Formats: sequence, C-alpha cells, structure tokens
Amino acid sequence: MNTTVEPVTGRVHSWDLSTGVDGPGTRFVLFLSGCPLRCLYCANPDTWHLRDGRPTTVDEVMAEIEKYRPFITTAGGGVTLTGGEALLQPAFTAGILRRCKELGLHTALDTSGFLGARATDALLTDTDLVLLDIKSFDIRTYRRLTGGDLAPTLTFATRLDRLGVTVWIRYVLVPGWTDDPAAVDGLGAFLAGLGNVDRVEVLPFHKLGAHKYDALGIPFPLRDTPAPDPELTERVREQFREHGMRAL
Amino acid sequence: MTATVTAGPRATTEAWRGFAGTRWRDRIDVRDFIQANYTPYEGDAGFLTGPTERTRAVWGKVSALFPEERRRGVLDVDTATPSTITSHAPGYIDPDRELIVGLQTDAPLKRAIMPNGGLRMVENGLKAYGYEPDPFVTKVFGGYRKTHNDGVFDAYTPEMRAARKAGIITGLPDAYGRGRIIGDYRRVALYGTDRLVEAKRAERALLDAQPSGPDIIRDREELAEQIRALGELARMAATYGCDVTRPATNAHEAVQWLYLGFLAAVKEQNGAAMSLGRTSTFLDVYLQRDLDEGTIGETRAQELIDDFVIKLRIVRFLRTPEYDALFSGDPTWVTESIGGVGDDGRPLVTRSSFRFLQTLYNLGPAPEPNLTVLWSPRLPEGFKRFCTQVSIDTSAIQYESDELMRPRTGDDTAIACCVSAMAVGKQMQFFGARVNLAKALLYAINGGRDEMTGEQIAPAAPALTRDHLDYEQLRAAYDHMLDWLAATYVDTLNVIHYMHDKYAYERIEMALHDHPVHRFMACGIAGLSVATDSLSAVRYARVKVVRDATGLAVDYEIEGDYPAYGNNDDRADAIAADLVGSFMAKVRKHPAYRNAEHTQSVLTITSNVVYGKHTGNTPDGRRAGRPFAPGANPMNGRDRHGVAASALSVAKLPYEDARDGISLTTTITPEGLGHDPAERAGHLAGILDAYMASGGFHMNVNVLDRKTLEDAMEHPENYPELTVRVSGYAVNFVRLTREQQLDVISRTFHGSL
Repeated sequence: MNTTVEPVTGRVHSWDLSTGVDGPGTRFVLFLSGCPLRCLYCANPDTWHLRDGRPTTVDEVMAEIEKYRPFITTAGGGVTLTGGEALLQPAFTAGILRRCKELGLHTALDTSGFLGARATDALLTDTDLVLLDIKSFDIRTYRRLTGGDLAPTLTFATRLDRLGVTVWIRYVLVPGWTDDPAAVDGLGAFLAGLGNVDRVEVLPFHKLGAHKYDALGIPFPLRDTPAPDPELTERVREQFREHGMRAL
Repeated sequence: MTATVTAGPRATTEAWRGFAGTRWRDRIDVRDFIQANYTPYEGDAGFLTGPTERTRAVWGKVSALFPEERRRGVLDVDTATPSTITSHAPGYIDPDRELIVGLQTDAPLKRAIMPNGGLRMVENGLKAYGYEPDPFVTKVFGGYRKTHNDGVFDAYTPEMRAARKAGIITGLPDAYGRGRIIGDYRRVALYGTDRLVEAKRAERALLDAQPSGPDIIRDREELAEQIRALGELARMAATYGCDVTRPATNAHEAVQWLYLGFLAAVKEQNGAAMSLGRTSTFLDVYLQRDLDEGTIGETRAQELIDDFVIKLRIVRFLRTPEYDALFSGDPTWVTESIGGVGDDGRPLVTRSSFRFLQTLYNLGPAPEPNLTVLWSPRLPEGFKRFCTQVSIDTSAIQYESDELMRPRTGDDTAIACCVSAMAVGKQMQFFGARVNLAKALLYAINGGRDEMTGEQIAPAAPALTRDHLDYEQLRAAYDHMLDWLAATYVDTLNVIHYMHDKYAYERIEMALHDHPVHRFMACGIAGLSVATDSLSAVRYARVKVVRDATGLAVDYEIEGDYPAYGNNDDRADAIAADLVGSFMAKVRKHPAYRNAEHTQSVLTITSNVVYGKHTGNTPDGRRAGRPFAPGANPMNGRDRHGVAASALSVAKLPYEDARDGISLTTTITPEGLGHDPAERAGHLAGILDAYMASGGFHMNVNVLDRKTLEDAMEHPENYPELTVRVSGYAVNFVRLTREQQLDVISRTFHGSL
C-alpha cells in the first residue's frame, strides 16, 4: 500500500494557448520548471531551474484549464504538459493528466524521454499522446548537444511502443549538429521498428529565444549558428519518409 | 410596412419562370424569394473553376492602371461635374470583353466629385492631388447650394466644436458622406424599377392621407426623391443598354441589374462605407436556374461573379490625404455578407458563396469587396474548410457570428462597413463614429482639461489631486465625465444626421428600403483596452501621478503589476465589459434624431493609430502618442497567453450593449496554425467555432509572417496586393504609412515563436 501523500504542488513556469504546434488542435500548454538537460539550442533557458518556478497546486492548474475547456473542446484540442521537463515532477504531472482524463480532455506529454523511467504506467495510461523529443541519434552528439545520455530516451520510446501509447517524434534540425545524414538515417531506421509513431516533426532550429539568454546573462552557445535553409529541412524530412515515416 | 402592389404580368412571366413561392410576388420581399428558391450547397470547393482568358484580360487591363494610380494618389478626376446618378456618360474597361458594365464616371479609376457632403473636402482633395477646383462648382456650392458640412457647422454649439477639435469625439461624418446604408440592390434585379416605383407610390399614398406635420412633410419629400432616383437609375442603366425598368430574366441580367443599382449609389454618395449587402445566395438562384436550363455552364457562372467583383474592386472616391490616413488607405467598404444559416436551420450557403470567395484566387487577393463570412458552427464543413483555406492563403476574409445576429436582425442580415448588422432593406443606420474613452479617463483625472493642451474642454470639475490615484474616486469622476460625454456625443450626432438628411440624403439607397425604415443611431467607443488597463492598474497596482507646473496630470508611474485585459482574467475583463455596458446605458438616456435606436460599436479600423497620437500618457503605462489597440483588441503585447485567451477576453464584452459590433483582429503565422495546409484550415475552423460558441462576435484573421511584412516595407513594389486585415477591414499593406506598418508588425504574432 502506498503510504506517501501525493504532492499536489509543482513548480510552474507559465501557460499558454497554441494551435497545431504542441499536439493536435488548439491546446492549453503548461510549461513546468526544471530540466536535467542543457540543450545548446534551448529556446527556453528560463525554464531550466526548478526553483525559478511558481509553486502551484494541481487544483490551481485545473482551475485555469477549466476556463478554456469549452474552447479547446469545441476547437478540437486538449492539454499539453511541457517545460522544462515535465517528468522532472512526475507526481505533479501525473496528477494533472489524471484530472484532465477525468474531464475527458485529450492529453499530451512533451518530453525528452531522458527521465522516462520516472513515468509510471498509470501516468502513461492517462497520456493520449507523447511528443518525444529525440535530440540526436548519435550518442556522442547527443551528449555534446544536451549534456545527457541518449539511451534512456530510446528505452522510453520502446516502452511507449509496448504500452501502445501514440508518439509524435520531434527532431530539431540544427545545421552542423543534427543534419548528419547517417545519424538521421539511423533514427529513421529505429523509428521504423516501432509501431506507435504517428508522425515525425522536423523543427527548423530558430534563435528567437536568444534574448532570454541576454536577459539571464548567460551565453547563447548557438548564437552564430544559422537556421537551416528550406532545402536542408526538406532533405531531412525526405530521409524520414524513406523509412516510411509521415514527416512534417 | 410594405404596401401590396400588382405584378405586371407580361414582364414577370418570363423573368420569374420556374420560381417558387407566393408572398414575394405580392409585395417587395427579397428574403421570402430567397427562402422559397435557393439551393443549399453542402459540398466542397471541387466544382470551382479558375479565371478564363477573358477574365484575365479584363482584370489585366484595369490592373495595369494601379501602379500609376498608386504613384499619383489618384489616376484622374473629373473636377467639373458634380456626380449624380446620371451625370456621366457610360464608361468601360474593355467593352468587347466585359460581361458586367458600368463605371462611376466615363473611364476606369477616374474619380468624381460629390460636393453635397462638403465643398471643402472636395477642394482639399483636389488640391492635394494637384488639381484646380472648378470655378463654376465652387461658385454653385459656395454660393447657391448649401452643403451638409455647412449645415452642420451652422448648428454646432461651441462645446461640440471644442470636443471635436480636442479629439474626444472624433471621426465624425460632418464633412463627408456618412455611408453605412445598404440599399437592397437585389430588388432591382428581382422586380425592376417600374415595380419598385409602384411600391413607393403606394407607400407615399399612405403618407398623403396624414396631416402635414414636419415629420410627414419630410417623409413625403424623401419618398418623392426616392421615386425620382429610381427613374434616374433606369435612365443611367439605359445608357449602358440595360432596361432595368423590368425584372432581370437570367443570371447575367440579375448580376448586371443588381450592380447598376449599387453603381447608382456610388455615383451619388461618397459614403464612408458603401456596402453591398448579402447578394451571393440571391444571385445563386438565377445562376442555378440558368445552369439547370443549360444556358450557362460553371465557367460562365464564375465569369459573371468575377466580372462583378472586378467592378466592386474599382469603386473610387475623391478624398483627402488626411482622410486616407485616418482610415488607412482608400477604403470603400464594399462589404458583402456570405453564408450564415436560415431561421429554418438550412445553411444559406450556395455554390455562389464559394464563387465569391473564389474571386480571391481568380483575381488575386484584394481588400475590396470586403468579404465577410457570417459564421456559425452549423455551417457545412466543406464551406468552413474553404473559408479557412482562403483566409490562410489570402488573409482577406472577416468572420462574424451568425448566431449572435440572426436572433436580433434576422436571417437576411448584412454587414455595413465592418461589423454593423442590419436587416437588408428594412433597417438603416446613422453612422456615429466614436468617442475616445481613454482620453475621457484623462479628462476625469484633470477635471475636464485636455492633457495635451491644458484647455478646458469638458465642463470644469474638481481634478483628482492625490499623489496616487484612488480607484473609487477615479471611477466616480470617470462616471461623471462619461455622463457629459454621452450627452454631448448624442447631441452632436443628432445635428449631423439632421443636416445629412437635409443636404445629402441617400435617395437611391433609401429607395431600396421599405418605408418606414427602422433606424439605428450607431455610436462607438475607441480606446477600450487602454481605459480598461488604466483602471485595472489603479485598482490592482498603485499608480502615482506626475503633474506639470499648472497641476495638469501628464504622466503616471505604476508600482507593481496589474492584470491586463486580453488574458481571460476576469479581474480586467469585467472592467471592460462594465465600461461597454455603462457607456451604452448613458448613451441610451439621450433621445436620438428620428427616434433612432441607440447602438454602439467597439471598432476602430486603423484609426487607433491616429487616436493614440492625440492622447497623452495613460495610467496603464502607454506612452503619449502611442497607438491604441484596434477595435476591442487587447493592447499589443499585453495579451501574453495566445490568441484563444485574448479572444475569450473579447468574447466577454456584451453584444447586447454593442449591437453595432465588437471587432477583434488576430494575426497568426501559418506555422502557428499547424504543419500542413489541410491541418491549418481545420484548426482555424475549430478556433472560429470555439470563438463563436464562446460568444465572440467578430474576428479578422491575418495569416502572415513577420518576414513578409518587413520585406514588404522595404520593397513595396514587390507586394502591390499584400492584404492585411486590420480591425474589421482588409487594407493593402503597402499603402499604409510607415508608422502604421510598424504598428501592424509589432502587434502580437500569435505564432508559436
């Protein structure tokens, strides 16, 4: 028997409403604070530290979501938990997902998968869609790019497949970092072996978060890295398509 | 009421062949005709056809004139001929190829003068573009024939002049045509002018039976003018070889007759908005009959609509550069209302609803005609998808809630200008521009003195003198100030519309209305989000006042944070809703000219830039001279949670207290709607469904990226047709001033940046 009291308070950075970019339809997107990775291209360095988040209860989050429930239901959308890394606060995340499912809302979890082991099966049962960010398929590049290991993410992807949770893969395309054809092909082959991947979103790297680095007084490592040109983006998408993926 | 008249049997047998229904035969009732005869279309856009060589040739010929027009401001003006329905000889673009004929003057894009509104406006317009006013016109309208403008200034009080000059009451139609009156141009096609004259005579006969008091005399004179105008319409049409005295007998004639009715209106009136009404489903009845009879095919059906729309795109008026700055470009607001659902639950969507939207592909995007979709979650999915696809591709559609309008103005409602709903042919409005609520708040703080000039404009009241603004004290002073403003405002509008009726009466437009007509007094408010956020700042943060040597409050320092309107936060949104409701209540206290029903709009086109320029620092932190948000929009950058949150704040404003419309402009990047075109169209339809289901009234949808706009600022020659929707209206981006362009760009891009 579980004797620990479920924590109902988490650390929240902000919330937003978006359409078509954080899962299907128009969605309430909750940004949780704290992330174990330090991706060089991160657009949200202001979400890195758990301590910077505002303490917020599940009830408070649900009260905010409630204000949008008719809108997102009619518009055809749901709720997406992202960050930061939502699985850094698994109990808080699980609590919100459970309550959303009780309301009949479509749920999505945006994660790097690095902390996938912290997600209970119950949490994943309450998750309709996982937006799985695979930063690179090359172990060394992954480490240099994120400061973490690739293996937990691949383990998590396999587990999601076993559990039958639908996955959208997100792949940030950074020239000189994640455009190596061999690495893209490797990832494509890996994904082709899974049965739960509905689409691959190739997201062109952008520098719109640069001003946040300035505000935080920390250097933005990819300041001089260009955004990928459309030809490169299309080439990478085409590589995924060759592995039978629906790449966007 | 509409009097019963008998149909001329010979003319109608041919013209009305195959049509069903009875009521519309016995009286003038276009709605009944549509309901009895239209064919709802629930399919998708697959049947549509592209532009033919003929269409391309005609459009190409007139398009070739645009660069020169843009360079010079106007292409040409007839300076010597005050425009009337019959003043000018026929004009053509390409007489061998045009299907629908008729121009305002004898050449395309050549503008006419309409001095009945005001001689000075005409003279200033001419001088601004390098033309000399014609001495004879000056003599006639300066010496013999009084204008609307002269009349208004004869009757203005010093207080009205001061309020107008200070810009607290602003944009008033006191020197130009008031517009926003929609003639039921469909009547010309369905009945022909002989029958319409007959009906007008019957209306007149009822007036002749009543004692000759001032109101009856005026009505009799107006009806006489209406009948005269119908005769002039028939004579003008005859110069184009069209006999509009009889009903149209096929689709080609129906489009042509309807257009000639509209042309008569734009030859006679330089109204601020010259809207078309709700014509697509009406015309579809004729197009469908011809298609069924096998006399035309889809290609010709589309050609007729394309040619009609070409004509609507080149309506031109002579205006001054100041006027164009206020309204951003050279708008005519030829608004066409499309779609909606009938009282019986059948969607009023027909193939011709699609054909009108298709013109944005066949002729390229353009701001005119102002295509307005009356949206309902109950519209057929195929139509919804086509609308949103066209929006995403062209940004040239605005959406208004059919569900909010239908219960109030019926299922034959059309929009005048941007958001003003009226039952076609049964209701008209007196356009009342707007008051500046943000400036009024500053007047409340300063005891009626203007914050820019220090002049006493409103009656002197005690100024607020504490170091920090006190919410309760400010509310009380504001309430008092708004009492004065509402009284002065309605009073001013009464003067304007009395004189407009007297000196610049809309003869042909009113001839295409029932008598008696229901009138609205359409007031308006600007600066809602600035006033709301200012009050929210005072209530939820602390606002310190900075005063100059004379004690005038000129700046404010905000200590702490406050909830801003536009974040779906009831604390701020309730202030906005309350302002709308309370100002409407104040306006209603003052009787309106001709017993008009008071309404108000929360709408500001791009004039939000000009109003901002004339308003000092405000307690919300906005700097003096900075633009207001357009319409009912939250202030730029203060809506921090995306388009849905912002839209839900606006949806809380009570339509019942803003029956003349509540405008919301959204700018979305394509990526901010999804990954591929089909997904984007579906998502946008979902947003519109959700917004309208939440009580939202109107949404402009701009789908753009920042790069495109920045490039267009630097290279306007590459973007002659780039259309941007601003509040309630679409404009050519390259025709905006640089300041307005920057404003459009700095507006929140609701993309997932």
